[in-house]
Amino acid sequence: MSGSGQLLAARPLAVKRPRQPFRRVHPRGSEFAWAIAFLVPYVAVLLAFAVYPIAYGFWMASSPLLYVELFSSDEYQAALISTLLYVGIGVNANMFLALLLSGFFMRRSWWIKALLVVSMLPWALPAQMAFISIHWMMVYWGFLDSLLWKLLGIEGVDWLNHYWLALGANIVAYTWKTMPFWTLILLAGRVAIPQDLYDAAAIDGATGLRRFVHLVVPLLANLYLVCTLLSTIWMIGDYNTPDLVSGGAPLGSTNVLATVGVEYLFDDGNPQLGVAAIMAALPVLIPIGILLIRRLQTTEVQL
Amino acid sequence: MSVMPASLWLPRRLRLHMGEVGAAALAVMLLIWWLLPVYNMMLIALDPEGNTEFTGDLWPRAPTLKAFRGVLFQQYWYFGNFWHQLGNSCIIGTMTALATVLISSLASFALGRIWTGRGPTISTAALLIYTVPAYFLVIPFYLLMHRYGLMDSRWAVIAANVTFAVPYALLILQWYGRLIPIELDEAARVDGATPVQVYRRIYLPLMAPALAVVGTYALITAWNEYLYQFILLSSEQNRTVAITLATFFESDITPWNYPAAASLIYALLPIVVFLAARRYIAAGLTIGAVKG
Repeated sequence: MSGSGQLLAARPLAVKRPRQPFRRVHPRGSEFAWAIAFLVPYVAVLLAFAVYPIAYGFWMASSPLLYVELFSSDEYQAALISTLLYVGIGVNANMFLALLLSGFFMRRSWWIKALLVVSMLPWALPAQMAFISIHWMMVYWGFLDSLLWKLLGIEGVDWLNHYWLALGANIVAYTWKTMPFWTLILLAGRVAIPQDLYDAAAIDGATGLRRFVHLVVPLLANLYLVCTLLSTIWMIGDYNTPDLVSGGAPLGSTNVLATVGVEYLFDDGNPQLGVAAIMAALPVLIPIGILLIRRLQTTEVQL
Repeated sequence: MSVMPASLWLPRRLRLHMGEVGAAALAVMLLIWWLLPVYNMMLIALDPEGNTEFTGDLWPRAPTLKAFRGVLFQQYWYFGNFWHQLGNSCIIGTMTALATVLISSLASFALGRIWTGRGPTISTAALLIYTVPAYFLVIPFYLLMHRYGLMDSRWAVIAANVTFAVPYALLILQWYGRLIPIELDEAARVDGATPVQVYRRIYLPLMAPALAVVGTYALITAWNEYLYQFILLSSEQNRTVAITLATFFESDITPWNYPAAASLIYALLPIVVFLAARRYIAAGLTIGAVKG
């Protein structure tokens, strides 16, 4: 275990010990009643506040006419493309950088541990505060333009007035906020790789890049996939970043599905259309969800 | 860590030295990257006029705590009710954390300790809820709260937060629970303990680190969230800091130094909680990872 592993290993990580064989205890009579009693609050919350709203949403958005209206609207088509770019670029950049950064945190020194704690700051900060600050940095002649001018003598641009720059700002802001979380998880995956594998690789002459490609990548592939799927789901549903960082600017072009849906409700007073705008993403979300759950259920890290 | 091929011919000591320097440089860049938005907010909050943004200053020219005083002593009109609103935020945050811990620990006890055959399947199935992002449900949720009679109620926001925190909490608790030998439960049951006694005397104390993770996670989620608060709470009585900040940002009111100060004060609580629970969080969030 490396130095940074100690911070993570405040409690055993269930890696070294073999998993306990599951005892198939078939609850009898009163046992079963107890299990049900303990489950009641959980099931009640899920039914009342998740299953019912989901079913209600399906019912609201059940008319095919809504989808005809949606897909013929330029605004919605633009939002679909923006969502695709936002999530497609965002998730991959986020996960790949997190993978590299987790390697950096494997270094053994005291200040790396301190840095790891600081790195979680963006994750713990309220999204609202962080994203508004980033928005203010990027308005015309905000902090970013001042910085460019003072340090490099470059005349700044109106960041939020260009489609690609504004979309990029959203992606960068989202990466800023969530990358620490994924870095920590991938770091745990790296820490779980036994040291003797590294040693064996080193004897065979695999260091640096070759060790990364032939040892770390195959061993982390599974975990990396699970994280990518989960972060895809979360990013498709992300409302905070596009709402606060670019605010849809320029001219609503960087709106994504989540922000467009809420706009249909509040600005146009058309909740059915708002729900339909969002439900249209389910054909993408459900396969990802099923794949994710199968992965979570059936796989263990192969070590 | 990685050795650049170009530097292979360099003496070993020099190479190690270069590695250290490179790591330090990267660390400084990362620190700037993580802290820059906070610094920018600080810059605006410390400015007497709150318009640093447009004067091109990179550090506070005449720093003053005026904005922080204006918020903390409720002198500035827009934050005249700041402490009451912060209280509301705290109620929502703590109730979310407590309810999440209670509900998910009861469920994980039932699924992991009593009904062990099907338990894991059920809890993973519950994760399906998780594949529907929270913001996708905002419209049906809004309309249903009208029907439940929970409009303009803090309970509606708490319910929303708990609903989306519980599946993940359950997952973490299930993973962690496997580390605790079931023989402990069996021994207690042989001695005549009821499941409630096992839950209270054995399960909860042993699960304390994982419960701390789950509670912190729920609190930070609740603190991060503002859309549900924004659409579900309307009266001045139930207003939270997040709503006040959101309304401010939507409008064109200036100066910016007061909301900047308020948002920094608002950000303090999750930071304090995170630092207090950081050991558990690092361990807890990653329990799942190694099994992934």
